[in-house]
Amino acid sequence: MRYRLTFLPALLGCGAWLALAPPATAQTGNLHLPATVVAGSGFTVQTSGSGPATLYITGTGAAVRRQVQLGDPVSFAAGDLDIAGHYVAFLEEGGATDVKEFDVVPAPRPGSLAFLAKPSRLSVDLHDGISGAVYIFDAYHNLITKPMPVSFQLSVPDAAVESRTVQSHDGAAWTQMNSSSREGAARFVATAGDVSSTRVIEQVPGDPCSLKMSAHPDGQKIALATDPIRDCSGNPIPDGTIVTFTETYDGEQTTVDVPVKKDIAQADVPAHDGARITVATGVVLGNEIRWAR
Amino acid sequence: MKILRAMLVAWAVGSVAFALAPDEAEVHVQPPHLDTPRPLNDTTREAAVRNYLEAWTSASEALAQNRPGLLDATFTGTAKDQLTATIRQQAALGISTRYQPLSHNIQIVFYSPDGLSIQLVDNIEYDVQILHQNKVFTARQVHARYIAVLTPTEVRWRVRLFQAVSE
Repeated sequence: MRYRLTFLPALLGCGAWLALAPPATAQTGNLHLPATVVAGSGFTVQTSGSGPATLYITGTGAAVRRQVQLGDPVSFAAGDLDIAGHYVAFLEEGGATDVKEFDVVPAPRPGSLAFLAKPSRLSVDLHDGISGAVYIFDAYHNLITKPMPVSFQLSVPDAAVESRTVQSHDGAAWTQMNSSSREGAARFVATAGDVSSTRVIEQVPGDPCSLKMSAHPDGQKIALATDPIRDCSGNPIPDGTIVTFTETYDGEQTTVDVPVKKDIAQADVPAHDGARITVATGVVLGNEIRWAR
Repeated sequence: MKILRAMLVAWAVGSVAFALAPDEAEVHVQPPHLDTPRPLNDTTREAAVRNYLEAWTSASEALAQNRPGLLDATFTGTAKDQLTATIRQQAALGISTRYQPLSHNIQIVFYSPDGLSIQLVDNIEYDVQILHQNKVFTARQVHARYIAVLTPTEVRWRVRLFQAVSE
Protein backbone atom coordinates (compact mmCIF):
# COMPACT_ATOMS: atom_id res chain seq x y z
CA MET A 1 0.00 0.00 0.00
CA ARG A 2 1.24 3.46 -0.83
CA TYR A 3 0.02 6.86 0.11
CA ARG A 4 0.07 9.43 -2.64
CA LEU A 5 -1.26 12.76 -1.60
CA THR A 6 -2.39 15.29 -4.11
CA PHE A 7 -4.41 18.33 -3.21
CA LEU A 8 -7.94 18.05 -4.51
CA PRO A 9 -11.35 19.10 -3.26
CA ALA A 10 -12.68 16.83 -0.55
CA LEU A 11 -15.70 15.62 -2.44
CA LEU A 12 -13.63 13.98 -5.14
CA GLY A 13 -12.12 11.61 -2.62
CA CYS A 14 -15.46 10.63 -1.18
CA GLY A 15 -16.77 9.67 -4.55
CA ALA A 16 -13.80 7.48 -5.30
CA TRP A 17 -14.56 4.83 -2.71
CA LEU A 18 -15.63 1.51 -3.96
CA ALA A 19 -18.42 -0.12 -2.06
CA LEU A 20 -17.58 -3.67 -1.25
CA ALA A 21 -20.38 -6.13 -0.92
CA PRO A 22 -20.07 -9.53 0.69
CA PRO A 23 -19.94 -12.39 -1.78
CA ALA A 24 -23.41 -13.39 -2.82
CA THR A 25 -24.29 -16.51 -0.87
CA ALA A 26 -27.40 -17.99 0.59
CA GLN A 27 -28.35 -16.15 3.78
CA THR A 28 -28.92 -19.20 5.85
CA GLY A 29 -27.25 -18.14 9.05
CA ASN A 30 -27.57 -14.90 10.97
CA LEU A 31 -25.55 -13.37 13.75
CA HIS A 32 -26.81 -11.29 16.63
CA LEU A 33 -24.06 -9.55 18.53
CA PRO A 34 -23.90 -6.88 21.19
CA ALA A 35 -22.64 -3.59 19.74
CA THR A 36 -19.95 -3.43 22.37
CA VAL A 37 -18.26 -6.01 24.55
CA VAL A 38 -16.16 -5.12 27.58
CA ALA A 39 -12.62 -6.41 27.21
CA GLY A 40 -12.02 -9.59 29.11
CA SER A 41 -15.68 -10.20 29.93
CA GLY A 42 -17.75 -13.11 28.72
CA PHE A 43 -20.37 -12.58 26.05
CA THR A 44 -22.75 -14.54 23.89
CA VAL A 45 -23.29 -14.48 20.15
CA GLN A 46 -26.77 -15.50 19.09
CA THR A 47 -27.15 -17.31 15.80
CA SER A 48 -30.20 -18.19 13.77
CA GLY A 49 -30.66 -20.72 10.99
CA SER A 50 -29.83 -24.36 11.07
CA GLY A 51 -26.91 -26.65 10.45
CA PRO A 52 -23.21 -26.35 11.17
CA ALA A 53 -21.18 -23.24 10.39
CA THR A 54 -17.94 -21.60 11.40
CA LEU A 55 -17.88 -18.31 13.26
CA TYR A 56 -14.87 -16.05 12.75
CA ILE A 57 -14.08 -12.93 14.71
CA THR A 58 -11.17 -10.88 13.41
CA GLY A 59 -9.61 -7.54 14.09
CA THR A 60 -6.18 -6.09 14.64
CA GLY A 61 -6.40 -7.34 18.23
CA ALA A 62 -7.33 -10.98 17.73
CA ALA A 63 -8.44 -13.67 15.32
CA VAL A 64 -10.82 -16.29 16.70
CA ARG A 65 -12.67 -19.22 15.14
CA ARG A 66 -15.50 -21.31 16.57
CA GLN A 67 -17.44 -24.20 15.12
CA VAL A 68 -21.11 -23.47 15.78
CA GLN A 69 -24.48 -25.03 15.34
CA LEU A 70 -26.75 -22.40 13.81
CA GLY A 71 -29.66 -21.62 16.06
CA ASP A 72 -27.58 -22.17 19.18
CA PRO A 73 -25.93 -19.38 21.14
CA VAL A 74 -22.14 -19.25 21.11
CA SER A 75 -20.57 -18.38 24.42
CA PHE A 76 -17.24 -16.68 24.86
CA ALA A 77 -15.76 -16.98 28.31
CA ALA A 78 -14.16 -14.16 30.27
CA GLY A 79 -10.71 -13.57 28.83
CA ASP A 80 -11.46 -15.02 25.38
CA LEU A 81 -11.46 -11.56 23.82
CA ASP A 82 -9.52 -9.05 25.85
CA ILE A 83 -7.91 -6.69 23.33
CA ALA A 84 -9.93 -3.53 22.73
CA GLY A 85 -10.65 -2.70 19.13
CA HIS A 86 -13.01 -2.95 16.23
CA TYR A 87 -13.88 -6.46 15.13
CA VAL A 88 -15.64 -8.11 12.22
CA ALA A 89 -17.61 -11.26 12.97
CA PHE A 90 -18.96 -13.53 10.25
CA LEU A 91 -20.42 -16.95 9.72
CA GLU A 92 -18.89 -19.15 7.09
CA GLU A 93 -20.87 -21.84 5.35
CA GLY A 94 -19.12 -22.28 2.04
CA GLY A 95 -18.91 -18.49 1.82
CA ALA A 96 -19.60 -15.69 4.25
CA THR A 97 -23.26 -15.54 5.14
CA ASP A 98 -23.76 -12.87 7.72
CA VAL A 99 -21.26 -10.23 8.71
CA LYS A 100 -21.44 -7.97 11.73
CA GLU A 101 -19.13 -5.44 13.32
CA PHE A 102 -18.70 -4.76 16.99
CA ASP A 103 -16.31 -3.04 19.37
CA VAL A 104 -14.43 -4.46 22.29
CA VAL A 105 -14.11 -1.59 24.74
CA PRO A 106 -11.59 -1.29 27.56
CA ALA A 107 -12.58 -2.48 30.99
CA PRO A 108 -13.64 0.51 33.10
CA ARG A 109 -11.26 -0.11 36.01
CA PRO A 110 -7.65 0.95 35.65
CA GLY A 111 -5.23 -1.94 35.86
CA SER A 112 -1.95 -0.16 35.30
CA LEU A 113 -0.50 3.24 34.58
CA ALA A 114 2.33 4.21 32.31
CA PHE A 115 3.79 7.11 34.25
CA LEU A 116 6.49 9.25 32.69
CA ALA A 117 8.07 11.71 35.10
CA LYS A 118 10.83 14.16 34.31
CA PRO A 119 13.44 15.05 35.32
CA SER A 120 14.89 12.46 37.68
CA ARG A 121 17.01 15.10 39.43
CA LEU A 122 16.53 18.84 39.79
CA SER A 123 17.14 21.79 42.06
CA VAL A 124 14.78 22.74 44.84
CA ASP A 125 12.23 25.50 44.41
CA LEU A 126 11.84 25.39 40.65
CA HIS A 127 8.49 26.57 39.35
CA ASP A 128 6.85 23.90 37.15
CA GLY A 129 10.16 22.08 37.18
CA ILE A 130 8.63 18.61 37.36
CA SER A 131 6.34 17.15 34.74
CA GLY A 132 4.36 13.95 34.82
CA ALA A 133 2.32 12.30 32.10
CA VAL A 134 0.13 9.25 32.56
CA TYR A 135 -1.55 6.82 30.21
CA ILE A 136 -4.26 4.75 31.88
CA PHE A 137 -4.66 1.09 30.98
CA ASP A 138 -7.04 -1.62 32.05
CA ALA A 139 -5.88 -5.03 33.21
CA TYR A 140 -5.44 -6.12 29.59
CA HIS A 141 -3.22 -3.19 28.52
CA ASN A 142 -6.05 -1.42 26.72
CA LEU A 143 -6.01 2.36 26.91
CA ILE A 144 -9.03 3.55 28.92
CA THR A 145 -10.30 6.45 26.85
CA LYS A 146 -13.27 7.31 29.04
CA PRO A 147 -12.40 10.46 31.04
CA MET A 148 -11.48 9.84 34.66
CA PRO A 149 -9.76 11.81 37.43
CA VAL A 150 -6.05 11.30 37.88
CA SER A 151 -4.34 12.65 40.97
CA PHE A 152 -0.69 13.58 41.19
CA GLN A 153 1.11 14.01 44.51
CA LEU A 154 4.63 15.21 45.16
CA SER A 155 5.98 14.76 48.66
CA VAL A 156 9.26 15.15 50.48
CA PRO A 157 9.68 14.16 54.15
CA ASP A 158 8.96 17.05 56.51
CA ALA A 159 7.48 19.24 53.78
CA ALA A 160 3.96 19.99 52.63
CA VAL A 161 2.53 17.63 50.01
CA GLU A 162 1.80 19.22 46.66
CA SER A 163 -1.16 17.61 44.97
CA ARG A 164 -3.24 18.14 41.86
CA THR A 165 -6.12 16.30 40.22
CA VAL A 166 -6.73 16.43 36.49
CA GLN A 167 -9.19 14.76 34.16
CA SER A 168 -7.83 12.32 31.64
CA HIS A 169 -8.59 12.83 27.98
CA ASP A 170 -8.36 9.97 25.49
CA GLY A 171 -6.56 7.99 28.18
CA ALA A 172 -3.87 10.56 28.90
CA ALA A 173 -3.36 13.06 31.71
CA TRP A 174 -0.49 15.31 32.63
CA THR A 175 0.62 17.87 35.16
CA GLN A 176 3.46 20.12 36.09
CA MET A 177 4.61 20.74 39.65
CA ASN A 178 7.05 22.89 41.52
CA SER A 179 9.98 21.22 43.20
CA SER A 180 9.72 21.71 46.93
CA SER A 181 12.01 23.87 49.01
CA ARG A 182 13.45 20.87 50.84
CA GLU A 183 16.16 18.76 49.37
CA GLY A 184 15.85 14.99 49.31
CA ALA A 185 14.17 12.17 47.45
CA ALA A 186 10.66 13.28 46.47
CA ARG A 187 7.96 10.69 45.86
CA PHE A 188 5.93 11.57 42.79
CA VAL A 189 2.78 9.47 42.78
CA ALA A 190 0.10 9.26 40.10
CA THR A 191 -3.20 7.59 40.98
CA ALA A 192 -6.20 6.61 38.87
CA GLY A 193 -8.91 4.54 40.48
CA ASP A 194 -7.20 2.05 42.77
CA VAL A 195 -3.97 2.03 40.84
CA SER A 196 -0.92 4.09 41.67
CA SER A 197 2.49 4.45 40.20
CA THR A 198 5.44 6.11 41.93
CA ARG A 199 8.57 7.74 40.67
CA VAL A 200 11.37 9.11 42.80
CA ILE A 201 12.77 12.50 41.95
CA GLU A 202 15.96 13.63 43.58
CA GLN A 203 15.68 17.25 44.66
CA VAL A 204 19.07 18.78 45.21
CA PRO A 205 20.00 22.15 46.70
CA GLY A 206 20.07 25.07 44.31
CA ASP A 207 22.95 27.44 43.75
CA PRO A 208 24.49 28.96 46.88
CA CYS A 209 22.52 31.96 47.97
CA SER A 210 25.54 33.83 49.35
CA LEU A 211 29.19 33.09 49.83
CA LYS A 212 31.28 34.59 52.61
CA MET A 213 34.84 33.77 53.63
CA SER A 214 37.13 34.80 56.43
CA ALA A 215 40.95 34.85 56.55
CA HIS A 216 43.39 34.17 59.37
CA PRO A 217 47.21 34.27 59.47
CA ASP A 218 48.87 30.88 59.64
CA GLY A 219 52.66 31.33 59.63
CA GLN A 220 53.74 32.19 56.06
CA LYS A 221 50.27 31.46 54.79
CA ILE A 222 46.74 32.74 55.03
CA ALA A 223 44.08 30.25 56.15
CA LEU A 224 40.86 30.86 54.26
CA ALA A 225 37.50 29.36 55.18
CA THR A 226 33.96 29.98 54.07
CA ASP A 227 30.95 30.23 56.30
CA PRO A 228 28.56 27.26 55.89
CA ILE A 229 27.33 27.45 52.29
CA ARG A 230 23.58 27.11 51.73
CA ASP A 231 21.08 27.67 48.96
CA CYS A 232 18.36 30.29 49.23
CA SER A 233 16.00 27.80 50.91
CA GLY A 234 18.57 27.03 53.60
CA ASN A 235 19.62 23.64 52.24
CA PRO A 236 23.33 22.93 52.58
CA ILE A 237 24.97 22.57 49.19
CA PRO A 238 26.41 19.12 48.56
CA ASP A 239 29.89 18.09 49.63
CA GLY A 240 32.17 18.09 46.66
CA THR A 241 30.87 21.35 45.19
CA ILE A 242 33.95 23.21 44.02
CA VAL A 243 34.83 26.58 45.55
CA THR A 244 37.58 28.68 44.01
CA PHE A 245 39.79 31.01 46.05
CA THR A 246 41.81 33.50 44.04
CA GLU A 247 44.70 35.57 45.37
CA THR A 248 46.02 38.47 43.28
CA TYR A 249 49.31 40.04 44.28
CA ASP A 250 51.82 42.13 42.37
CA GLY A 251 50.18 41.29 39.05
CA GLU A 252 50.26 37.52 39.69
CA GLN A 253 47.28 35.36 40.35
CA THR A 254 47.08 32.19 42.43
CA THR A 255 43.91 30.08 42.32
CA VAL A 256 42.98 27.19 44.55
CA ASP A 257 39.97 24.95 43.79
CA VAL A 258 38.73 23.01 46.80
CA PRO A 259 35.65 20.86 47.35
CA VAL A 260 33.12 21.72 50.00
CA LYS A 261 33.38 19.41 52.97
CA LYS A 262 30.73 19.47 55.70
CA ASP A 263 29.21 22.71 54.35
CA ILE A 264 32.44 24.72 54.23
CA ALA A 265 35.46 25.11 51.97
CA GLN A 266 38.98 25.77 53.27
CA ALA A 267 42.31 26.56 51.64
CA ASP A 268 45.70 28.11 52.36
CA VAL A 269 47.30 30.75 50.14
CA PRO A 270 50.68 32.50 50.46
CA ALA A 271 50.58 35.48 52.79
CA HIS A 272 51.45 38.68 50.92
CA ASP A 273 50.79 42.13 52.33
CA GLY A 274 48.32 43.90 50.07
CA ALA A 275 47.09 40.74 48.35
CA ARG A 276 43.52 40.77 47.12
CA ILE A 277 41.60 37.54 47.79
CA THR A 278 38.25 36.60 46.26
CA VAL A 279 36.04 33.52 46.48
CA ALA A 280 33.49 32.08 44.04
CA THR A 281 31.52 28.93 43.31
CA GLY A 282 29.64 28.40 40.09
CA VAL A 283 28.12 31.71 39.15
CA VAL A 284 28.10 33.02 42.71
CA LEU A 285 30.76 35.48 43.72
CA GLY A 286 31.60 35.93 47.42
CA ASN A 287 33.24 38.69 49.39
CA GLU A 288 36.68 40.15 48.78
CA ILE A 289 39.46 40.50 51.36
CA ARG A 290 42.52 42.75 51.10
CA TRP A 291 45.21 41.13 53.23
CA ALA A 292 47.32 43.21 55.64
CA ARG A 293 49.26 41.90 58.60
CA MET B 1 8.09 13.76 0.27
CA LYS B 2 4.63 13.86 -1.20
CA ILE B 3 3.13 13.04 2.17
CA LEU B 4 5.22 15.73 3.78
CA ARG B 5 4.23 18.30 1.21
CA ALA B 6 0.59 17.40 1.62
CA MET B 7 0.76 17.61 5.37
CA LEU B 8 2.43 20.97 5.22
CA VAL B 9 -0.41 22.26 3.09
CA ALA B 10 -2.89 20.70 5.48
CA TRP B 11 -1.39 22.45 8.47
CA ALA B 12 -1.13 25.69 6.63
CA VAL B 13 -4.77 25.86 5.62
CA GLY B 14 -6.40 23.79 8.33
CA SER B 15 -8.47 20.75 7.57
CA VAL B 16 -8.23 19.90 3.91
CA ALA B 17 -8.77 16.84 1.82
CA PHE B 18 -6.35 15.04 -0.41
CA ALA B 19 -7.67 12.77 -3.09
CA LEU B 20 -6.06 9.55 -4.05
CA ALA B 21 -5.11 7.33 -6.86
CA PRO B 22 -7.25 4.18 -6.94
CA ASP B 23 -5.08 2.20 -4.52
CA GLU B 24 -3.98 5.09 -2.37
CA ALA B 25 -5.47 6.45 0.80
CA GLU B 26 -6.72 9.97 1.19
CA VAL B 27 -5.07 11.68 4.15
CA HIS B 28 -6.47 14.61 6.07
CA VAL B 29 -4.33 16.11 8.80
CA GLN B 30 -6.05 18.43 11.22
CA PRO B 31 -4.12 21.09 13.13
CA PRO B 32 -2.93 19.68 16.46
CA HIS B 33 -5.21 20.13 19.43
CA LEU B 34 -2.81 20.34 22.36
CA ASP B 35 -3.05 21.70 25.88
CA THR B 36 0.43 20.70 26.98
CA PRO B 37 3.18 23.25 27.49
CA ARG B 38 5.71 21.63 25.19
CA PRO B 39 5.64 23.14 21.72
CA LEU B 40 5.28 20.67 18.89
CA ASN B 41 7.41 21.83 16.02
CA ASP B 42 6.56 21.13 12.41
CA THR B 43 9.38 18.66 11.88
CA THR B 44 8.26 16.56 14.82
CA ARG B 45 4.61 16.44 13.84
CA GLU B 46 5.42 15.71 10.22
CA ALA B 47 7.65 12.85 11.31
CA ALA B 48 5.07 11.47 13.75
CA VAL B 49 2.27 11.49 11.16
CA ARG B 50 4.51 10.09 8.44
CA ASN B 51 5.72 7.31 10.74
CA TYR B 52 2.15 6.54 11.81
CA LEU B 53 1.06 6.17 8.18
CA GLU B 54 4.06 3.93 7.56
CA ALA B 55 2.98 1.86 10.54
CA TRP B 56 -0.43 1.35 8.95
CA THR B 57 1.27 0.18 5.78
CA SER B 58 3.46 -2.30 7.61
CA ALA B 59 0.57 -3.54 9.75
CA SER B 60 -1.53 -4.09 6.63
CA GLU B 61 1.26 -6.00 4.93
CA ALA B 62 2.05 -8.03 8.04
CA LEU B 63 -1.61 -9.01 8.55
CA ALA B 64 -2.04 -9.81 4.85
CA GLN B 65 1.07 -11.96 4.66
CA ASN B 66 1.03 -13.28 8.23
CA ARG B 67 4.58 -12.04 8.69
CA PRO B 68 5.04 -10.41 12.09
CA GLY B 69 8.61 -9.42 11.21
CA LEU B 70 7.21 -6.69 8.98
CA LEU B 71 6.15 -4.84 12.14
CA ASP B 72 9.68 -4.44 13.47
CA ALA B 73 10.49 -1.11 11.88
CA THR B 74 7.33 0.73 12.82
CA PHE B 75 5.86 -0.82 15.98
CA THR B 76 7.14 -1.40 19.47
CA GLY B 77 5.89 -2.46 22.89
CA THR B 78 2.28 -3.44 23.44
CA ALA B 79 1.14 -2.59 19.91
CA LYS B 80 3.76 -4.84 18.39
CA ASP B 81 3.04 -7.65 20.85
CA GLN B 82 -0.69 -7.53 20.18
CA LEU B 83 -0.38 -7.39 16.41
CA THR B 84 2.16 -10.20 16.48
CA ALA B 85 -0.23 -12.33 18.54
CA THR B 86 -3.05 -11.60 16.08
CA ILE B 87 -0.89 -12.59 13.12
CA ARG B 88 0.03 -15.85 14.83
CA GLN B 89 -3.65 -16.53 15.53
CA GLN B 90 -4.50 -15.82 11.89
CA ALA B 91 -1.74 -18.17 10.72
CA ALA B 92 -2.98 -20.89 13.05
CA LEU B 93 -6.50 -20.52 11.65
CA GLY B 94 -5.24 -20.43 8.06
CA ILE B 95 -6.65 -16.99 7.39
CA SER B 96 -5.19 -13.62 6.52
CA THR B 97 -6.61 -10.11 6.53
CA ARG B 98 -6.15 -7.35 4.00
CA TYR B 99 -6.61 -3.85 5.34
CA GLN B 100 -6.78 -1.21 2.64
CA PRO B 101 -7.08 2.26 4.15
CA LEU B 102 -9.26 4.55 2.05
CA SER B 103 -8.95 7.69 4.11
CA HIS B 104 -7.26 8.90 7.25
CA ASN B 105 -8.37 11.91 9.24
CA ILE B 106 -5.57 12.48 11.70
CA GLN B 107 -5.17 14.88 14.58
CA ILE B 108 -2.40 14.99 17.16
CA VAL B 109 -4.10 15.39 20.53
CA PHE B 110 -1.33 14.98 23.11
CA TYR B 111 2.37 15.67 23.27
CA SER B 112 3.71 14.77 26.67
CA PRO B 113 5.64 17.51 28.48
CA ASP B 114 8.76 15.38 28.51
CA GLY B 115 8.59 14.96 24.74
CA LEU B 116 8.59 11.19 25.02
CA SER B 117 5.17 10.42 23.57
CA ILE B 118 2.78 11.72 20.96
CA GLN B 119 -0.84 10.63 20.87
CA LEU B 120 -2.96 10.98 17.78
CA VAL B 121 -6.49 10.17 16.78
CA ASP B 122 -7.30 8.85 13.33
CA ASN B 123 -10.83 8.60 11.98
CA ILE B 124 -10.16 6.05 9.33
CA GLU B 125 -12.12 4.41 6.56
CA TYR B 126 -10.76 1.14 5.29
CA ASP B 127 -11.69 -1.92 3.32
CA VAL B 128 -11.04 -5.17 5.07
CA GLN B 129 -10.97 -8.51 3.33
CA ILE B 130 -10.68 -11.76 5.23
CA LEU B 131 -9.15 -14.52 3.20
CA HIS B 132 -8.70 -18.24 3.51
CA GLN B 133 -6.09 -19.68 1.14
CA ASN B 134 -6.43 -16.62 -1.07
CA LYS B 135 -10.20 -17.00 -1.27
CA VAL B 136 -12.12 -14.02 0.07
CA PHE B 137 -14.37 -15.08 2.92
CA THR B 138 -15.83 -11.66 3.34
CA ALA B 139 -15.15 -8.03 2.59
CA ARG B 140 -16.29 -5.01 4.44
CA GLN B 141 -15.87 -1.27 4.41
CA VAL B 142 -15.27 -0.07 7.94
CA HIS B 143 -15.17 3.29 9.64
CA ALA B 144 -13.24 3.30 12.89
CA ARG B 145 -11.58 5.72 15.26
CA TYR B 146 -8.05 4.71 16.09
CA ILE B 147 -5.88 6.04 18.86
CA ALA B 148 -2.15 5.65 18.54
CA VAL B 149 0.63 6.54 20.92
CA LEU B 150 4.04 6.93 19.38
CA THR B 151 7.34 7.03 21.20
CA PRO B 152 10.71 8.09 19.84
CA THR B 153 13.34 5.51 19.06
CA GLU B 154 16.78 5.90 17.54
CA VAL B 155 15.75 7.39 14.23
CA ARG B 156 11.97 7.48 14.12
CA TRP B 157 8.70 7.46 16.01
CA ARG B 158 7.33 3.97 16.58
CA VAL B 159 3.74 3.10 17.39
CA ARG B 160 3.54 1.78 20.94
CA LEU B 161 -0.24 1.76 21.26
CA PHE B 162 -2.62 1.07 18.40
CA GLN B 163 -6.23 0.76 19.39
CA ALA B 164 -9.58 1.22 17.73
CA VAL B 165 -11.97 2.90 20.11
CA SER B 166 -15.72 2.97 20.23
CA GLU B 167 -17.15 6.24 18.92
